[in-house]
Amino acid sequence: MHQVEIATTQETLLDSPEMVLNMGPQHPSTHGVLRVILKLDGETVIDLDCDIGYLHRGMEKIAENRMYTMIAPYWDRLDYIAAVSNGLVWVETVEQMMSLAVPPRAHYLRTILTELNRIASHLLWLATHALDIGAVTVLLWALREREEILKIFERQFGARLTCHAWRVGGMPNDAYDDFEADVRRFVNNFPKRLDEYETVLSENRIWLSRTVGIGVISAADAIAIGLSGPALRGSGVAWDVRKARPYAAYGDMDFEIPLGENGDTYDRYLVRLEEMRQARRIIVQALEKLPDGPVNAKLPKVVRPPVGDYYHSIEGPKGEIGCYLVSDGTAQPWRVRVRPPSLINLQALKGLCLGHLVADVVAIIGTLDIVLGEIDR
Amino acid sequence: MVMRMLALLAPIDFVAQLLLKLFSPDTVNYVVWPLIQIGLVVTIVAAWVAYGTYLERKISAFMQARLGPMRVGPWGLLQPIADAVKLLTKEDFVPEMADRWVFFFAPYIAVAAAFIVFSVIPFAPDWGVITDINIGLLFVLAVSSVGVLALILAGWSSNSKYALLGALRSSAQMVSYEVAMGLSLIGALMFARTLSLSGVVNAQGADSIWYVVYQPVGFLIFLVSGIAENNRAPFDLPEAESELVAGFHTEYSGFRWSLFFLAEYAAMLVVSAVAVSVYLGGWYFPFVYGFTEAKGYHNLYVIVSLLFFVMKLIGVLYLYFWLRWTLPRFRYDQLMDIGWKWLIPSALVNIALSAFGIFLVQALDGWRDFKTIESISGGLNLTGKGKVLMIIFGLLGLFITGALLARINWRSRDFNLKSQRRNIQLVNLPQGRPAVAATAPAASEG
Repeated sequence: MHQVEIATTQETLLDSPEMVLNMGPQHPSTHGVLRVILKLDGETVIDLDCDIGYLHRGMEKIAENRMYTMIAPYWDRLDYIAAVSNGLVWVETVEQMMSLAVPPRAHYLRTILTELNRIASHLLWLATHALDIGAVTVLLWALREREEILKIFERQFGARLTCHAWRVGGMPNDAYDDFEADVRRFVNNFPKRLDEYETVLSENRIWLSRTVGIGVISAADAIAIGLSGPALRGSGVAWDVRKARPYAAYGDMDFEIPLGENGDTYDRYLVRLEEMRQARRIIVQALEKLPDGPVNAKLPKVVRPPVGDYYHSIEGPKGEIGCYLVSDGTAQPWRVRVRPPSLINLQALKGLCLGHLVADVVAIIGTLDIVLGEIDR
Repeated sequence: MVMRMLALLAPIDFVAQLLLKLFSPDTVNYVVWPLIQIGLVVTIVAAWVAYGTYLERKISAFMQARLGPMRVGPWGLLQPIADAVKLLTKEDFVPEMADRWVFFFAPYIAVAAAFIVFSVIPFAPDWGVITDINIGLLFVLAVSSVGVLALILAGWSSNSKYALLGALRSSAQMVSYEVAMGLSLIGALMFARTLSLSGVVNAQGADSIWYVVYQPVGFLIFLVSGIAENNRAPFDLPEAESELVAGFHTEYSGFRWSLFFLAEYAAMLVVSAVAVSVYLGGWYFPFVYGFTEAKGYHNLYVIVSLLFFVMKLIGVLYLYFWLRWTLPRFRYDQLMDIGWKWLIPSALVNIALSAFGIFLVQALDGWRDFKTIESISGGLNLTGKGKVLMIIFGLLGLFITGALLARINWRSRDFNLKSQRRNIQLVNLPQGRPAVAATAPAASEG
């Protein structure tokens, strides 16, 4: 990785027109412990380097020494904002490797809950993104909606944020009694709340001038870097794992993919807002079609996938989160590798930021929607 | 009822007589009485800063669907006191490489600059003014611009890059917005024909009108540049939390930090007070004079006027809070654009238009028995017809300035944002489509 040359002594700083600004790891808007080293000319960014690893926990290595069922809770902590989505990619990989038939009810509940999680994650993104650009009130409004989802999670999984949602082969238990009523109440209230946020931001002159044309990435560049999720669709590339390789019950759902035109911050903002609406649409459909029956497949005492390797990915809120799993036939995986969407999306940061001002760097970090738990693992 | 209120007012006269027994009249007029007033104002402003934060937190909570401070005292009313105690007992930390003396003194400059301005603000008639100097408004502009110095020194001496960036931003911002602020006041001064703030208020009283109706453009420019001058959102770039951590006061803690806080809120009060005095009639309110002073209740007149002044002040301050919790923050270059491309040109246009309007009214006066001007003794006193003419001219000014600005800025990107607003398109991909559909629309639909 390219290293920014850091001027250390006072004299070099005073002589050169550039200033090196160390942003983070303790900074209000680097969304965790990201350290960005900026080289500034005035306030214009002329060079930039990311320093990551402050949250490294060695998750992939830990996974090599755990049983397959024991790894799942670690996976929930990858992207702690979207624990439900992350957990799903692990259990589905193991299930598909073992060719387990998961009951349809579990698939539908997984669809509903991961889409709820997508909304929760996007709401937190909206809250922090708006806060980075200075609109404080949207933060608390968005968190109010997210609270409703977290309440559903708490009743279903027993935890608000740090939930361990899935088990290999299905779910730990069926949906709680008022689950459908709670979700229905949420999806009924949600659209008008979302419209409310749009009135504060979408037409706001200041919001427009802070986001339109900021951090533009072309479709070709986005594909070259390997962006995924809303960041890719904001550039107008129609790619969504839910459509391309349907998992859970997405094959039965009717929904659309929002696409941006210019690939700037504003497009990514619109794409995420529309994704929340589409997520709501999926939840409504899944609730209507929700079948009865068991939520757990029969599982052997010890989970031992056959020898071989397997890659499976799902469309997480941040992008395509994948799992590459190599099994040697024992009760512990031989090698596990995560495809972390945040890390790959972060690679676009330098290209997006060069030539912009310090204030835009903050907006661009916000629009990439990164989570350091997943970048550092 | 009235008699009871008068009984309450008796101590003021009593104190005045007591002072006259103790000191010579000159000492009382020029030393003792101002000292009492200064003490009162400083106390009240300090209390305002404490409870202004409480008010702001409550108002923001109301806008954000939450409760705000509720724990300390009933409805959290003792929260400001708890905060003050916390701040005063904190460690006064000085960074290793900081320029110690400058670092120590910068907050005092900020506070002094903010507080000195209160000496010329007319809170009420008669004893509600500490001193009425004939260059009052110039004094306000001059002293409040010293506040920039505090920010620059604080940012520079902290030896922190964030603080330095904050200081650079604030110096550029405050210097350029001061120009717009000063220019915007000129229109109103043409009507008042004086720089004394009491004089401006008196002129509005004599004309029985608030200058905001003659000068809508000037009022708007003044408000916007006043918010920018105070570093309040959406112009809070020098301390932009999400970018510069805390801007120029990043390295300050405890008491010195609270001094900056005090200065910010006091400066906010100053700008609001000037806006109220120059554009919203100050303490002048219709009918107050007739019900009090005209019937011989002098002190009651002063106190009721003071109440009206405070009410108007709270109205302007509410606007400050409202904007802060509604709008996102501008970027640094956009802020400069607004200052130089929008506010300063419109302030200049406003001066020209106001001058033309006054010239027109004077020229029309006496033309075919058409009487517009009553008298030009202190301020410009217009007759009913003259007022209507002037108000129409003011509204016309809004349109003319708007049109001119649109013409100046019509090419700029920021001006055409509404037309740049796009919608995203929705694509219904076929299920199980394995590969990436190249770029956007055509390919994905096909």
